[in-house]
Amino acid sequence: MKHLPLASKAIALLFSAALLVACSGSDTKEQDEAAAAAAAAAAAKSAQGAATSAEMARLEEAAMAVGNVFYFEFDSSNLTPEAINAVNAHIAVLQRNNENVRLEGHTDERGTREYNMALGERRANSVRDYMVANGISSFRIETISYGEESPVAYGTGEANWAQNRRVELKPQ
Amino acid sequence: MKQLLTVLLSVMLVMAAMSARAQLTIEISEGADNPTSIAVVPFAWQGSGAPPEDLAAVIDGDLARSGLFAPIARTDMLGRPSTEAEVFYRDWRAINAEYLVLGRVSAPEDGLLRIDYELYDVLRQSKSLTGYESGPTSDARMLAHRVADAIYEKITGIPGAFATKLLYITATRVPGGKDYSRLTMSDSDGARPIVLLETHEPLLTPTWAPNGKEIAYVSFETGRPAIYRQELATGRRQQLTNFQGLNGAPAWSPDGRSMAMVLSKDGNPDIYLMDLATKQLTQLTKHYAIDTEPTWMPDGQSILFTSDRGGKPQIYSYDLRTGKTERITYEGTYNARARVSQDGRSVVMVHQQEGRFHIAVLDLVTKRMQILTSTELDESPSIAPNGSMVLYATKSADRGILAAVAVDGEAKFRLPAREGDVREPAWSPYLSR
Repeated sequence: MKHLPLASKAIALLFSAALLVACSGSDTKEQDEAAAAAAAAAAAKSAQGAATSAEMARLEEAAMAVGNVFYFEFDSSNLTPEAINAVNAHIAVLQRNNENVRLEGHTDERGTREYNMALGERRANSVRDYMVANGISSFRIETISYGEESPVAYGTGEANWAQNRRVELKPQ
Repeated sequence: MKQLLTVLLSVMLVMAAMSARAQLTIEISEGADNPTSIAVVPFAWQGSGAPPEDLAAVIDGDLARSGLFAPIARTDMLGRPSTEAEVFYRDWRAINAEYLVLGRVSAPEDGLLRIDYELYDVLRQSKSLTGYESGPTSDARMLAHRVADAIYEKITGIPGAFATKLLYITATRVPGGKDYSRLTMSDSDGARPIVLLETHEPLLTPTWAPNGKEIAYVSFETGRPAIYRQELATGRRQQLTNFQGLNGAPAWSPDGRSMAMVLSKDGNPDIYLMDLATKQLTQLTKHYAIDTEPTWMPDGQSILFTSDRGGKPQIYSYDLRTGKTERITYEGTYNARARVSQDGRSVVMVHQQEGRFHIAVLDLVTKRMQILTSTELDESPSIAPNGSMVLYATKSADRGILAAVAVDGEAKFRLPAREGDVREPAWSPYLSR
């Protein structure tokens, strides 16, 4: 069709229209509706492209706002309501991209080092499991525990310890 | 897995790199109630040239650290005998010395040193021990530690553990730069530190092979935890594990053939046994809880480990013959990282009480638990091979330091370093000459 002159195209269109008219009324109606729907969908799709990137930017901003560190109670790997909110914001982004992430589990300095290594892993796993339950493929998530070996706050006391009981989400 | 024998990778292996800054100093904080007074007279130098370092002072230091002895100050001594003929017992009775040590240091040939010594019982006015130690001049301090071991054993009836080594980790923060961790080996008094490994990633759980010739540890140098073994004499090392998840808490079996460790490759942390000849793994525990920190009973028949299968971390034992697991600790809500004395009777561990972490000892026969320390963040207890002292890590003025306490809780001393956080001491077994 590409090389046909414009007039030939018009003729061809008229011919197919004539063929369509020749067919049963109901069929024509359905096909018309289908065509209209398809056209609408196509139009919507291109509009959605712009909407998606705006939506994505908004979600990414929301994820940035909650931060990439999730905090825990002493000797616990349960996600707190605050942590769930924060993880949800990241899940919303991860559901729309296909990037991989690394979850680094940490503990405070109290308790023994190897037990804390295991506890840090349990915290990272608990974030991972929540992400997987919300539709993020497990192969996109890598976990590692640093136990108490990589604190962010160096002093003693609950104010410092609370900052160290965490899982950090990092892009891979 | 392929055997990875590597001498140098992305890390520095600094054999024989003496670092004065990493040197631990000794502060005796508390002695036993009735220490035995002993006078160690400065040894006579019978060689040519400059005398070696003050070896009598090394012995003084060893005996004082044990808490069982009170060495007499040299300024109080009324004489400086170096042979039996020069001993006047009344001079020593006058200053309330119960025991007297004399010695002579000679150099039988180039590069060799010999200490001849005698121990006298001042009250009985008799010689109770005659002996000598010889070895390379470079090991002069170790010879002195062996003399201290012999004196300690003669008087207390318990073999001394001064001629032993310590492993420990120091972590140094570099503001604006890259922090680093070092694995260091020193004499039992903190002297002669040698940096065995330095990396910018975490290092933990240094542990000794039962023959004292090899060590194992966990290093994150590849970005993930892995267990390594390393020969002390050559620095040669081998990566033993590289599994997904945890690779931690190595513990050499008493026969040296296998290593207990923690792996989480199958989903959660369990205790495994690796045959060191074949690298074959046997899974010992299988529980959804955390199982970690394995340590061997001296008979090699069972392993103690930490598990939170009951909700909180407690010590359990696993019998290798029957596969049965039994809970060992019931007192308190946090008992972890056990180490067992060589007689198999005392278990030291980290014990939480009122939110504070202390070192406690559990007598397996009487089931009595005794808290040994009064500081707040005590961890990583390690027992001397003679069972007399427990070395552990604690915090003082926000810095990690090592401290020691007698198993009976009486004597205490601290080994602060001049820089960095010191942690995870591991006292060597008795070392062959």
